[in-house]
Amino acid sequence: MKYLHLVWASLFRRKTRTVLTLVSIIAAFLLFGLLDAVRTSFTQAGQSANGAARLQTGSKLSFIQTLPKSLLAQIERVDGVKAVTHANWFGGAYQDPHNQVFSFAVAPNYLDLYPEIVVGEAERKAFTATRTGALIGERLAQKFGWKVGDHVPLQSQIFPDKSGSKNWQFDIVGIMHSSDKKTGGFYDQMFLLNWKYFDDTTPYNQGSVGWYVTRVVDVNQADRVAKAIDALSANSDHETRTQTEQAATASWMKQLADIGLIVGSIMGAVFFTLLLLSGNTMMQAVRERTSEIAVLKTIGFSSRSVLAMVLAESVLLLMLGGLVGLGLATVVIPAISAGSGGMLNLPSVGAGSWVLGLALMASIGFAVGALPAWNAMRLNIVDALARR
Amino acid sequence: MGKLIEIRDLSKVYERGKQKVEVLHHIDLDVDEGDFLALMGPSGSGKTTLLNLIGGLDLPSGGSISVGGQRIDQLGAGALAKWRAAKVGFVFQFYNLMPMLSAQRNVELPLLLTKLSAAERRKRAAVALQLVGLADRATHKPAELSGGQQQRVSIARAIVSDPALLVCDEPTGDLDRQSAEDVLGLLRALNRDHGKTVMMVTHDPKAAEYANHTVHLDKGSLVEQATTA
Repeated sequence: MKYLHLVWASLFRRKTRTVLTLVSIIAAFLLFGLLDAVRTSFTQAGQSANGAARLQTGSKLSFIQTLPKSLLAQIERVDGVKAVTHANWFGGAYQDPHNQVFSFAVAPNYLDLYPEIVVGEAERKAFTATRTGALIGERLAQKFGWKVGDHVPLQSQIFPDKSGSKNWQFDIVGIMHSSDKKTGGFYDQMFLLNWKYFDDTTPYNQGSVGWYVTRVVDVNQADRVAKAIDALSANSDHETRTQTEQAATASWMKQLADIGLIVGSIMGAVFFTLLLLSGNTMMQAVRERTSEIAVLKTIGFSSRSVLAMVLAESVLLLMLGGLVGLGLATVVIPAISAGSGGMLNLPSVGAGSWVLGLALMASIGFAVGALPAWNAMRLNIVDALARR
Repeated sequence: MGKLIEIRDLSKVYERGKQKVEVLHHIDLDVDEGDFLALMGPSGSGKTTLLNLIGGLDLPSGGSISVGGQRIDQLGAGALAKWRAAKVGFVFQFYNLMPMLSAQRNVELPLLLTKLSAAERRKRAAVALQLVGLADRATHKPAELSGGQQQRVSIARAIVSDPALLVCDEPTGDLDRQSAEDVLGLLRALNRDHGKTVMMVTHDPKAAEYANHTVHLDKGSLVEQATTA
């Protein structure tokens, strides 16, 4: 610790260069914090206890293929099934096609299988009783300023009514709240409409179902139940694939993109560039201090002390920039989530990200400081003082 | 007064590629405790090499060097660094101060290697700066000081840990006449009043007049020893 002022002074010997390098490090770790939040957000999707006890059954061919309604009764009879419901993707947008709304046409018992979605009893009754009724997530309500009793038009991007118009009318009858804000952020943005209204209105559906959701009696039997459900449609024109909600979400995310790979690749490129940049800074900084290092050794600093001081300088540089960068990410992420009006629900920088970030700061610091520190340690005093 | 430095049959050979350059040949030299010795000679005569060997910055190719009864030519790198920290103060031609540290912090540097507290280090550095007449410049950085003042700071750094031996390599080589006389006067005072043994390499006969003895080197050999009147 008594060398700290010396290390600090050496680090800021060339203020402009050090500040510019710090800005690069801050940017790199800010990006790390943001991308790690995106990766965590994707990883957490569907990762709940309820998600493990629910099975999703969709077409084996493609998630846009529908399934016959007649399958419902067959699934209900499978041993180990507690309850079954179904849903269709509606694909609604409000006022402008860019205002996409996560809208689903669902069976009356849909919410029975989702205890983590909290809705008042009266609101649920109103939803069942009102043909054009809609339940909306609280964030969606906040985003568009909707409230119970509002009459809301949505334009479906896919389904027209019998006259060919894609404009649908709904009456908001209740607001949904997610009981687990960490994993259930998506529910706060959903728009649920009655499947019967949907099926009666569009000529495109004709009694078909987008996917079935099954709750199993015993979560340990989920795999067996899934196989039994898929066996119902084996060798038919509507073969199914049944997986836990967690697996289905992960699979769906993977169809969009391999977020882990993308995030890993970007961060790899960023940190590799950072390695070169800060490594160059450290090499220059030590090279121009050759005579000063020789003086330190002359007055009695051991080669190991000199090695430790250069390494400490390098780690301090990375720690300063990294802590500010990750700190900024901690502040910025909630602001981004709030600013997106619920479209993005990024988790804040957690303990795991901080630990990983600190490990990266230390390891990059050691890596970039290793060569200049080694050179400083091996510096020959007589040659350095003679400027040879 | 006893001998502080005893040099016997000292030689130094540098290897430059395949070529061997013998810089010092079979030097024998004794320096008494409390002496002020000037080391003179033409460029390339081996003055600085001899000074570096006496200061423990380099190791001889042959012969022996004892300082205060200790064979420093037999010490390893780590032990030699500890020995330098405790026993020798260095003054260079170009001062070699840390540009980013204040005069006070520069003087404190050798004390970082001791177990002294921060407060004690500050106190001793302040005393050393007072001794060289720069107490009022403690917070100034080297760039804010004149050449003579910087050299006095480097002398304060050399004496702050109270070493017995001061090794000075052309301490006035970069100074104007007045500043040079101030620095030489300071070295003489440290020698006379504080009992420091001073070994100084110089080209300047006027600087050598401040020493008690002068030793001449030529082509790596001692050619003359004289006592200043």
